[in-house]
Amino acid sequence: MVSEADPAGLRIVVYSCHYCAYAAADLAGVLRLPYPAALRIIEIPCSGRFDLLEALHAFEHGADGVMVAGCLEGDCHFQAGNLIARRRVTQARRLLAEIGLEPERIEMTNVSSAMGQRFAQVANQMVERIQVLGPSPLRRPPG
Amino acid sequence: MSSTSLPVGAVLVVGGGIAGMQASLDLAEQGFRVVLVESQSAIGGHMAQLDKTFPTNDCAMCTISPKLVETGRHLNIDVYTDTEVVRLEGQPGDFVVSLRRKPRFIDPARCVGCGDCAQVCPVSLPDLFNEGLSDRRAAHKLYPQAVPNAFAIDKRGTAPCRDACPAGQRAQGYIALIGEGRYREALRVIKEDNPFPSVCGRTCHHPCEGHCTRALVDEPVAIMSLKRFVVDYALAYGRERVEPAPRTRPGWVAVVGAGPAGLTAAHDLAKLGYGVTVYEALPVAGGMMRVGIPAHRLPKGVLQQDVDDILALGVVLKTNTPIADPVTLLGQGYDAVCLATGVASRERALGLDGEDSQGVLSAATFLRKVNLGEPISIGRRVAVLGGGITALDAAAVARRLGAEEIHLVLDRPRGELPAYHWEVAAVEAEGIRLYEHTTATRILADDGRVVGVELARAGKGMTNDAAGRRRPEVEQGTAFTLEVDTVIATAGQQSDLVFLDPRFDDLEGDPRTLASRIPGLFVVGGRKTGAAYIVEAVALGHRVAASIDRYLCGQPLQTAPEPRPVAKIPRAEAVQLAAAADKSHMPRHEPALLPMAERVTSFREVVLGLTERQARSEAQRCLACGQCAECLACNYACGAGAIDHSMAERDEQLRVGAVILAPGYRTYAAEEAQEFGFGRYPDVITSLQLERLLTASGPTAGQVRRPSDGATPRRVAFLQCIGSRDQHHDYCSAVCCMVATKQAILLKEHHPETEVHIFYMDVRAFSKGYSAYFQRAQKEHGIRYRRCRISAVWQDSSGQALTVRSADGDGGDPPAEEIFDLVVLSVGMEMPETTKELARTLGVEVNSDGFCQTEPYTPLETSRAGIFAAGPFRQPKDIPESIVDASGAAGLAAGLLSTARGTLTRTASYPEERDASAEPSRIGVFVCHCGSNIAASVDVEALARQAAALPGVAYADHLLYACSQDSTTTIRQRIQEHGLNRLVVASCTPLTHGPLFADCLRQAGLNPHLLAMANIRNHCAWVHADQPAVATGKAMDLVRMAVGRAACLEPLARQPMAVRQSALVIGGGPAGLTAALALADQGFPVHLVERESSLGGNLRLRHWVEAQSNEHAGPQAFLAGLVERVNTHPEISLHLASQLKRTVGFVGNFTSTIECQDRTTLDVQHGVTIVACGGREYRGPEYGFGADPHVLTQQQFEELLAQIAAGSETVAPPRRIVMIQCVGPAARTCTRICCTVALKNALVLKRLAPEVQIAILFRDLRAYGFGERLYQQALSQGVVFLRFDDQYLPEVDSSGSRPVVRVFDQTVNRWLALDADLVVLSMPMVPAEASRELATRLKVPVDLDGWFLEAHVKLRPVEFASEGMFVAGAAHYPKLLDETIAHAQAAASRAATILSRDSLMVGGAVAEVDTESCVGCLTCVRICPFGVPTIRPELVGRSGLPGAASIPAALCRGCGICVGECPAGAIELRHYTRRQVEQETLALFPTHPEVW
Repeated sequence: MVSEADPAGLRIVVYSCHYCAYAAADLAGVLRLPYPAALRIIEIPCSGRFDLLEALHAFEHGADGVMVAGCLEGDCHFQAGNLIARRRVTQARRLLAEIGLEPERIEMTNVSSAMGQRFAQVANQMVERIQVLGPSPLRRPPG
Repeated sequence: MSSTSLPVGAVLVVGGGIAGMQASLDLAEQGFRVVLVESQSAIGGHMAQLDKTFPTNDCAMCTISPKLVETGRHLNIDVYTDTEVVRLEGQPGDFVVSLRRKPRFIDPARCVGCGDCAQVCPVSLPDLFNEGLSDRRAAHKLYPQAVPNAFAIDKRGTAPCRDACPAGQRAQGYIALIGEGRYREALRVIKEDNPFPSVCGRTCHHPCEGHCTRALVDEPVAIMSLKRFVVDYALAYGRERVEPAPRTRPGWVAVVGAGPAGLTAAHDLAKLGYGVTVYEALPVAGGMMRVGIPAHRLPKGVLQQDVDDILALGVVLKTNTPIADPVTLLGQGYDAVCLATGVASRERALGLDGEDSQGVLSAATFLRKVNLGEPISIGRRVAVLGGGITALDAAAVARRLGAEEIHLVLDRPRGELPAYHWEVAAVEAEGIRLYEHTTATRILADDGRVVGVELARAGKGMTNDAAGRRRPEVEQGTAFTLEVDTVIATAGQQSDLVFLDPRFDDLEGDPRTLASRIPGLFVVGGRKTGAAYIVEAVALGHRVAASIDRYLCGQPLQTAPEPRPVAKIPRAEAVQLAAAADKSHMPRHEPALLPMAERVTSFREVVLGLTERQARSEAQRCLACGQCAECLACNYACGAGAIDHSMAERDEQLRVGAVILAPGYRTYAAEEAQEFGFGRYPDVITSLQLERLLTASGPTAGQVRRPSDGATPRRVAFLQCIGSRDQHHDYCSAVCCMVATKQAILLKEHHPETEVHIFYMDVRAFSKGYSAYFQRAQKEHGIRYRRCRISAVWQDSSGQALTVRSADGDGGDPPAEEIFDLVVLSVGMEMPETTKELARTLGVEVNSDGFCQTEPYTPLETSRAGIFAAGPFRQPKDIPESIVDASGAAGLAAGLLSTARGTLTRTASYPEERDASAEPSRIGVFVCHCGSNIAASVDVEALARQAAALPGVAYADHLLYACSQDSTTTIRQRIQEHGLNRLVVASCTPLTHGPLFADCLRQAGLNPHLLAMANIRNHCAWVHADQPAVATGKAMDLVRMAVGRAACLEPLARQPMAVRQSALVIGGGPAGLTAALALADQGFPVHLVERESSLGGNLRLRHWVEAQSNEHAGPQAFLAGLVERVNTHPEISLHLASQLKRTVGFVGNFTSTIECQDRTTLDVQHGVTIVACGGREYRGPEYGFGADPHVLTQQQFEELLAQIAAGSETVAPPRRIVMIQCVGPAARTCTRICCTVALKNALVLKRLAPEVQIAILFRDLRAYGFGERLYQQALSQGVVFLRFDDQYLPEVDSSGSRPVVRVFDQTVNRWLALDADLVVLSMPMVPAEASRELATRLKVPVDLDGWFLEAHVKLRPVEFASEGMFVAGAAHYPKLLDETIAHAQAAASRAATILSRDSLMVGGAVAEVDTESCVGCLTCVRICPFGVPTIRPELVGRSGLPGAASIPAALCRGCGICVGECPAGAIELRHYTRRQVEQETLALFPTHPEVW
């Protein structure tokens, strides 16, 4: 469904770790840093909780992009969750390519909880990238 | 409870930095109530200001913010911000502490942290959290993540302008708003205190300007003209209509007299809700404002505008109605009467001969007639007598009426007139002749008509005339005569009460309450009050209205005056304020005047007022001396009713059993070291400023820019030891070398092409991992380190280049000069005055620099029993050491109060939980407006409506502030009324507010995990504020997703798991002994295991401690005391000559096998394990050790010193000693303590044998903290220090009878040969022999060198990543004795947080294995960063095969890493199950049928 509120209608699902990335998105809000409205953030305890199948499922149902957002490398609250998440994202990219979707539709990013500005920047870049690719071909027709 | 028999189970912690927070958490977790006192408006301290922390470069905010939230929300920690300790009485176990709580003007209990107040606050102040690199508003939050999440307002006091104004006009308030172009709000502010803004903007005598702080810089701010500008602007662009004030009170008041006082009283009373009737004898309202001030100064329409606004409130005006008997009004149904007749036109006699002649007029009568349009005629030549504004007015009016020759006779110089100089000049320009210092002596008349006036020069003195009035003395012989036909005299005015019934002749009001002796009758003015300025009349009007209100409410009329401290600023500070805000060169703006030709021919207003541009610029001259301008903009903006400008400082007393002082430090004020140019050159900054520039949430969002021009710096110099190791600081600040290294690395990471030079004396990279970090900085990042001292820094005339002059550290080369574009001063730590004052208040001894005096064997105890110290207050130190101190101090306080554990703790009580897991979803959705924070861009009502239609939703509503107390009560009630079993709150972030709403569920008898939040504020309304439709659409999605998640949430229960309340301590050295005793003293049984057959470890070989003074018993006596206590302690089971063979289990529930000397084994059960196996001195073959008997280690040397000190005859004191530092492994990595130990031993020998020659060969002398004092003592006692580097290592030649040490001296560039009786090698401490093996048995990690690895190098320095396991003392890293003791006390304290509970709650949001799906593939075992999963053979997995994974709930950390890895999909993370995450995701695509 293309929301009437959002003409571009892009939907990017962000799996965001509790400790850093989610807090960075909060901070972007506190600092009133605008970024495109396409992002929908889902909080998970650690980016290492991110599950490849969940991302594929999101794409299957019409997500135009998926972003996994974790702590800075070396800063993971659970030691290595963000490194594992990155590996899974790489794996997801391969799978997307195999089924004929652009691998750029999934992305891993690392931000610290102090990086409100960086979060807004990453969000902008992600949306720009997906805009170039256009809506996902897997989207179902409205109705 | 008896106050003497039982200690008080509460602790006061002073300082809300990382140390104070840690101490508070430790104590609260051990069953004590904590009062955490912080002087700022939020906790977090310096650590919250940092970008990254060394040596791991972790984000400081990421690591500290969970601690902030935990501290802020802990049930047993009361955080008192803006608070100081003023007194402490009592004794250990039972103190009474007096706290001074400063007002923050925003109630943190009501503040929702939305920031609406800061958005509207017009006052900018330097942001001190950003070290002055940016501005913030007077209403502010210390930093975005601050705890408490509440704003505060900075006030220095009432601004002098407001204080000087009789009516208390908030001048700074409207000026600030004008400065921002917010004129309507400025008018609102003016009207808060003054219902006559139009009048007072034109004719006030403006005492405010006389007190304006700006006058100390140049000229006062044109406050009056600014007020007029606002009124004119409002008039020109449409005023807001004044609505009638609602009648909320039954009383009705009569006011007699429609002058400024009477109308002000009427205004105030009408606004309070009373009915008001004003009686006026004249045909018009306004009193003297109307009839006394000429139209060219106050146009009638302007006054009428103010009067109309008052009448619009609903005030009834009856003109032409003189009242002779006010008391009859009381009989006519009025509840109170205010007599405000004030000044009328009955002038006093002049007391001059001829004053009754025709042609002599009083100025007031003259002006009244003109103003009322009554006929009046004057002659061609007029003399005006007087010395005030009225005289000026009369002269100007006479001019406009056509008088040709006007003489204005002033008894004072023009400068003393209550008028602006330009007003006097304007009158003069109209052709009126001024006579200064002149007084009339006689009026000359001919046939009853005035023909002239005799004048004389006024002397300096005053005299009383026959009528008793004061008039100037006349200088003899100065008389002269003016020929005039009219004399207008201003000879004073008085109240005209002729119309009153004579029985009121003595009527007077009480000067303070203005009440007369007749109940209900109040008097403003009266016979005793003469003429007053308008603003004084306004003030009286306010006062009488307040008094009448109190009378009508039946309250006492007398009230205590409110203390209003005034912000008095000395000249130097005012000049500095102006300069800092770039306001130094802004001349005052004066309004333009009407052209002369138009002035004298009409009554058009002469003063034209300021233009908008002038007004804004003029307003910006204001120095905001009160800080908060009290404009009340925040009051109007705050929807939560949290603002309270009337808050005042108050004192509070509390009972506590112990006190922990962790007040932290301040950085050295670098402007005091003038040679480095800080404060003069904008591009010389402090390291703390650089930290703010580096951080992503700092003023430049992490972009490092030069303050002068915003350019990215290309060449950066760090100057070390600024405010450390200098003439005024005999200590090393211990952290600066690492801070500079870290900042240099970060700079390089931001801009790899930037060149970074660090100018230093010694690189003190002395702790675990520090040398490696330092080496990486050089090798990987190319940071250049230069050993030298800086003599000066200066900036060239272009302002672009900073020259740094340095002298080579080893004295070899001449001073060099180099150019940089940014200079960073690595400022050291100091104790601020406030801390010294705190120490004095508490009676705690401090050293000469203000640091807390502590003793080596009791490092965390102050000189006053029951008061403990932590953090840099003891000695400069870094974050992990501060945390060690904090935990240790908490442990000591807990030990002191152990019998009162749990006596004062609060527990939350909840109704029994209803099991809703089987019920169909009945979701309640609550959408928060957050005032206008969400509602301004998201249609919250539509959101609630749409949410109500979602499947599973049984109820939906919207709330103004969901987090306010009444809203949470509403949520709870709705849950019960509607039988809800799931909760969705669409508001702000779950990170801060999740626990609050989870608590709502618990209070409603539901499991707290049945909550889902939609973050429609931070992630939506705030970032899409400009697109309401988009924001509403996205918010709808977020709510749908939260509802999708809520529908499949499950209740999670945490299970209690019994704790074995005993400890296993491994190692019988000072750390193990201290830790064992700390726990045993609190009543916890301890098994102490020691490999050797006696206790003491390395301490057995120590004879002196590394303290500045040696006035202590020797370490052996200390050790003997420890051993004695351990041997006899009933709670300690000692296992000597024993080893740990095996440990199984987990936190709270370990079983360990100990193998004793006789090979028998023993199983012990314990809840925690403390590893304190220490280290040992390295003994390698370097420098001939082992072969040459004259080559000793420091440990052996100390033994020798002990023999010498004991007077042993077999040992002769050596005459020449050479010490060599950094031997063996220490050449690769610094082992922290060797320099300090060598200095200590050198000093001991110097004391024993003063003639001895000692040379110390070193690389960097790393005598950190107060160890620097040992270094300075050694230098002053003639110890020779010779530096070597890796290129030229020293050599020891043992071929002769005595060794010869060859060393390359870099100052003279040649090899030297030193004869030595003894060569002493600083062999480093290395890990204890079996430590790796022990680590394997305990399943805890060691680093590459074999030191035990703590859970987190910054925040968890005494615990392992595995819960319930701790490390103490040198097993962690080499430590001095006091550091070892503190570390052991900290480990014991952390262990006690577990042992002090009967049970631990385990489970909740943890991973669970579905055994039947598990194939036992080991994937989870390999991926888990904490090594939690194991394959248990007894479990039956998929297809009935034996062996499946097990993840004990007590150990799982809940990250969910294993979930995504398990190929069989056999693991679920509770609360983030696949289904929950997937439903949340898919709810985003509602067309998909599977979702609903």
